[in-house]
Amino acid sequence: MKYFLQRIAFYLFTAWAAITLNFFIPRLVPGDPVQSLIAKFRGQLSTEAINSLYVLFGLDDDKGLWTQYIDYWKQLFHGDLGLSFTFFPSPVSQIIGDALPWTVMLVGITTVISFILGTSLGVLAGWRRGSWTDGLLPVTTFFSSVPYFWLGIIAIYLLTGPDSFFPSSGGFDSALVPAFDQYFIPSAVQHSLLPALTILISSVSGWILSMRNMMVTVASEDYITVAHAKGLSERRVAVSYAARNALLPNISGFALSLGFIVGGTLLVEIVFSYPGLGFILLQALGAKDYPLMQGIFLVITISVLVANLLADLAYLLLDPRTRKEG
Amino acid sequence: MTMEPVLEIRNLNVEYGLGDKAVRAVRDVNLTLHRGEVLGLAGESGSGKSTLAYGLTRLLAPPGVITGGEVIYHPEKSDPYDVLGLSDKALRAFRWAETAIVFQGAMNSLNPVHKISTQLTDVLKAHEPKMSDHTRNARAREMLKLVGISPDRMDAYPHQLSGGMRQRVMIGMALILQPQVVIMDEPTTALDVVMQRQILGQLIELRERLGFSVIFITHDLSLLVEFSNRIAIMYGGRIVEEAPAATIYRDALHPYSKGLLSSFPALRGPRRELAGIPGSPPDLAGMPSGCSFHPRCPRAFEPCSQHIPVLGRPDAQNGAARSVACWLHPTEQPVG
Repeated sequence: MKYFLQRIAFYLFTAWAAITLNFFIPRLVPGDPVQSLIAKFRGQLSTEAINSLYVLFGLDDDKGLWTQYIDYWKQLFHGDLGLSFTFFPSPVSQIIGDALPWTVMLVGITTVISFILGTSLGVLAGWRRGSWTDGLLPVTTFFSSVPYFWLGIIAIYLLTGPDSFFPSSGGFDSALVPAFDQYFIPSAVQHSLLPALTILISSVSGWILSMRNMMVTVASEDYITVAHAKGLSERRVAVSYAARNALLPNISGFALSLGFIVGGTLLVEIVFSYPGLGFILLQALGAKDYPLMQGIFLVITISVLVANLLADLAYLLLDPRTRKEG
Repeated sequence: MTMEPVLEIRNLNVEYGLGDKAVRAVRDVNLTLHRGEVLGLAGESGSGKSTLAYGLTRLLAPPGVITGGEVIYHPEKSDPYDVLGLSDKALRAFRWAETAIVFQGAMNSLNPVHKISTQLTDVLKAHEPKMSDHTRNARAREMLKLVGISPDRMDAYPHQLSGGMRQRVMIGMALILQPQVVIMDEPTTALDVVMQRQILGQLIELRERLGFSVIFITHDLSLLVEFSNRIAIMYGGRIVEEAPAATIYRDALHPYSKGLLSSFPALRGPRRELAGIPGSPPDLAGMPSGCSFHPRCPRAFEPCSQHIPVLGRPDAQNGAARSVACWLHPTEQPVG
């Protein structure tokens, strides 16, 4: 329990440090959003309009950096992430709220499938060395060495077209209104297939490789020989003795990869114009939209920290040796 | 003690690897374990003693292959059969129920992520699926008590036990199905001397009570002299001498056995001068011709480098109960 509280304290400190950095970094980027708006409207804005924009965005220089920092924290505790410049006047929290489910559904489900599939194949490949499973690794490693956005472009080029089942972009049929009904959900699933496949193909080999290697290492442990000598079934030895021990490093890898669900697949979303967080982040970066950038970075930071915490918890649960008594 | 055999090893050959590059780790070994006896198996590292144990239970990890021979097991009430000819299913049923093994790695023989209780009961689950959970647990607790561990350690994980306790759990686990044969592969190598004697003493006591036979493998001949009935000495994958423990101790015939005996201080008896065996164990991939010990043998003579001596009854006094493979002691008739 003490160990657990220590971890929590550590994560709180990390969160504070990350949020503070999150506040400062966008302000260190040269240029400002009003300038980019002026560029966008190509000189159609008058000087008064420009001044009022500065005031509106809170970028008039009346406030010092420290006051802005304090205000930032106050707003955070109210759940207020400010207004977006690009999607003005929508609040940042609403934009993130709209984009997050798309990313979590697409990348989240794909990551889970990739982990389960890759780990199971890894168990098989490690346990049955010398069978057909040996061919798995070179093939999957080849695909993972191809950058996934390029894989996505190839997939769009080869598999999409006017008559194709696979749509080339977007998260759903633009003729539909987002709702949980029998028209929208199949359309959303159909749109997610190609990006999901792209991520899956490029990420599965990592799981296979690490699980296979751990299986091979564990298979030569004494307790595996003992398990065989005990006359346990092959399945029980493979699962309960070998895989159960080999799984530990993969579990922490999995928890860490959960943290990158939110921010890790920017390029897939861009290639497929998928309405997720990565796509929004790209737009925010282009428009120097500080509040939106900060909001997205905040979500990424928190998800990475939560994922780390989950990894710690999973380890406590799975490996009795990490549990400290008392 | 009856001289009824329980396990007969006939012409067992084990190789590592295939084809020309194969290394013959066990060569034409003949060995009989009798009901209720402790048979010691001694030799330097690489002499093939562990390979022999793994081979007769078919636990050899690839690339180990059994290339010939028979391992005849005599069950208590039914007809003998060849372990090497068992189907996978029959082999799984045979393992642990008839022949249990205590391995040398006391520290690593238990699965670190499961409780002691799980590891004790999954043997019962595999071999006696009809047994109720309650009976299984009671049996596991009984075994822990038998080896001197408090039954409330059932829920402990292996890392919460000391090395000696872990090895005792392993011994308890080995006896849980009441096997006829227990193979001990250097069971106490990882433990300190005090713990070694304590555990072995306990084991001998259990053997007297439960009546199983033991194959006791070690490089420590002094332990064997004390704890076993009969001793077989292995060198270069072959058995070079086999005799009752006391006979070996007092009057070893093979120069290698003599060398082994004089390389450690005796536990009992007068002090003797210690001497090592010059040279190093043979390379199994390139064995010397003839008797594989002849390059290191202080008494090697003409036939030693030419012909392989056959294990047989020596032409010496009290030669009836013993056998040796040495040209110094020509055999009357080969054994086996």
